[in-house]
Amino acid sequence: MSVSSSDQAALSEQLLQLLRSKLGNQIVSSSVELGDAIVWIKRSEMLNFFQILKLDTELDFSMLLDTTVVDWLDSRDERFEVVYHLMSLSKKFRLRVKIAVPEEEAHVDSLVLLWPSANFMEREAWDMYGVDFKGHPDLRRILMYDEFEGHPLRKDYPLRGKQPRVPLRHPEVDNTSRHMHREALVNIGGARN
Amino acid sequence: MNNNEKSLLNVDYGIGGITTHLRPREEGDDLHSETMVLNLGPAHPATHGTVRIVAELSGEKIVDADVELGFLHRGFEKMCETVDYNQVMPYADRLNYVSPIINNVGWCLTVEKLLEIEVPKRAQYIRVIMSELSRISDHLTCLGASAMELGAFTVMLYLMQAREYIWELIEDVTGARLTISYGRVGGLKADLPEGFAEKMHKALDGTRDQLDKADRLLTRNRIFIDRMCDVGTISKEDAIAYGCTGPFGRASGVDYDVRRDYPYSSYEDFSFEVPLGEKGDNYDRFLVRYEEIFQSMRICEQAIKNLPTGPICVDDPHIVLNPKEGVYSSIDGMINHFELVIFGVKPPQGDVYIPVEGGNGELGFYTVSDGTGKPYKVHVRPPCFVHMGTMKKMLLGSNIADVVPIFGMINMIGGECDR
Repeated sequence: MSVSSSDQAALSEQLLQLLRSKLGNQIVSSSVELGDAIVWIKRSEMLNFFQILKLDTELDFSMLLDTTVVDWLDSRDERFEVVYHLMSLSKKFRLRVKIAVPEEEAHVDSLVLLWPSANFMEREAWDMYGVDFKGHPDLRRILMYDEFEGHPLRKDYPLRGKQPRVPLRHPEVDNTSRHMHREALVNIGGARN
Repeated sequence: MNNNEKSLLNVDYGIGGITTHLRPREEGDDLHSETMVLNLGPAHPATHGTVRIVAELSGEKIVDADVELGFLHRGFEKMCETVDYNQVMPYADRLNYVSPIINNVGWCLTVEKLLEIEVPKRAQYIRVIMSELSRISDHLTCLGASAMELGAFTVMLYLMQAREYIWELIEDVTGARLTISYGRVGGLKADLPEGFAEKMHKALDGTRDQLDKADRLLTRNRIFIDRMCDVGTISKEDAIAYGCTGPFGRASGVDYDVRRDYPYSSYEDFSFEVPLGEKGDNYDRFLVRYEEIFQSMRICEQAIKNLPTGPICVDDPHIVLNPKEGVYSSIDGMINHFELVIFGVKPPQGDVYIPVEGGNGELGFYTVSDGTGKPYKVHVRPPCFVHMGTMKKMLLGSNIADVVPIFGMINMIGGECDR
């Protein structure tokens, strides 16, 4: 059951029709570009939208493949664009979902409860772009270190940005998962401040 | 608990780079209920990348764990925004540096989709051959390193010998062994050399011999089976929910292979099986990878048998550099040459996501083009980054000795995971 590139466009069209009939009122716009199905949705209704994508048996988007952000800086009204890539294993659909997010309120809802794979991806997106994922259980930096200031993949972060020096710290579990963090573990012989 | 007690308990046992700390006793606890936090890595001989695992142990059992990535972060995506499309190629090499050609092919396909071109059939077949050779070397490395960590040093040497055959072949074609930069937008750097087919058959036969030796030592070895079976189990539902693809997902029974389900670069022309595991434990992952090596060899042999003749690059001077004769003898040839060198390939505006089957799973490239010669945004979906998300789930409840085989079979490649 393979999908060649010409089938892909037809499949994308079919998917968009299905989406329009099921979730038409939540879709801002939809299109097929270069064979890929793209849907823009409203941020306020995103959880509901994704829930139906996952649970509806005709759609059955069982995998969240990728989460990332595009920073448009001043060239668009809403600076950030959160991009999700989803795949339906049984129906062979692929879908790109986009949500426009303004800079002042740079947050979307977290999808960790629907797809656990969102955990690391959202942490990365937050780390790199500073878009907050509301409801994420453990939103920490993942690729950069904790003391890093700013978000490196934003377009206004310079290519060779200078960072403040980090004082030597006791090699302890301060930067591990929140629920592992215990006061008693951290307070050792005055070695850390 | 008073302060005195606290200071007695919180002793720093920083021995040999491993820091352990006792969690203070609570009211009514006996001694055995204490857990210990153990820090593994970031520099540990068994973490082939640099990764830090903080495990909370109760006896030998892991009751809590945290996985910390990012020690090899180089800002791949930021760098890509500053160079033109062909210059991304060397950076892409350094993502999964064990199978760089797959990264090259993925990036080329991404830009080619933006440009809406298709490379000639011969180039597609050569890309398939080189990708499959890279996949073999990727799997050999993963299996050899994992076997070595469980004490099977001889197996590692056998498989490294096999990888040597493959890398010699790759060196023969591309001139480099590790960071190859063989792909070009719109084609390839060079055609296959003379006598490649015979060399390839010889290398694959040699690899089969080595694999056979490794198989005899390893696959039915009691110690190996005891260490691998029922360790790091992930069910099919979990594997899907966590986005597991590639050999890792297939070992759990996720019947998905990009080469078969969304064929790119003429993969639909070849017949090959997609091996599936049943239990989703480490042993299944080992078997799936082992079988995939043979399937990759099958694809290589079919491709070399049916290799079409013809050019290896698209015939478009705005995408691929002119041959030197054209540059030196005609004015448009020279203009095209300089335009391409100075401004680079200019795809139209748009964004595109291309999945390819990497050594570890679905390797996706998401690119946004703003119509200039440089990509506006490049994002990579690294398979092992996603697989590392399951690490905590696999570690909980397993023994401390299982950390190494579990981590080994994820086959985290630092360059790809941390970018």
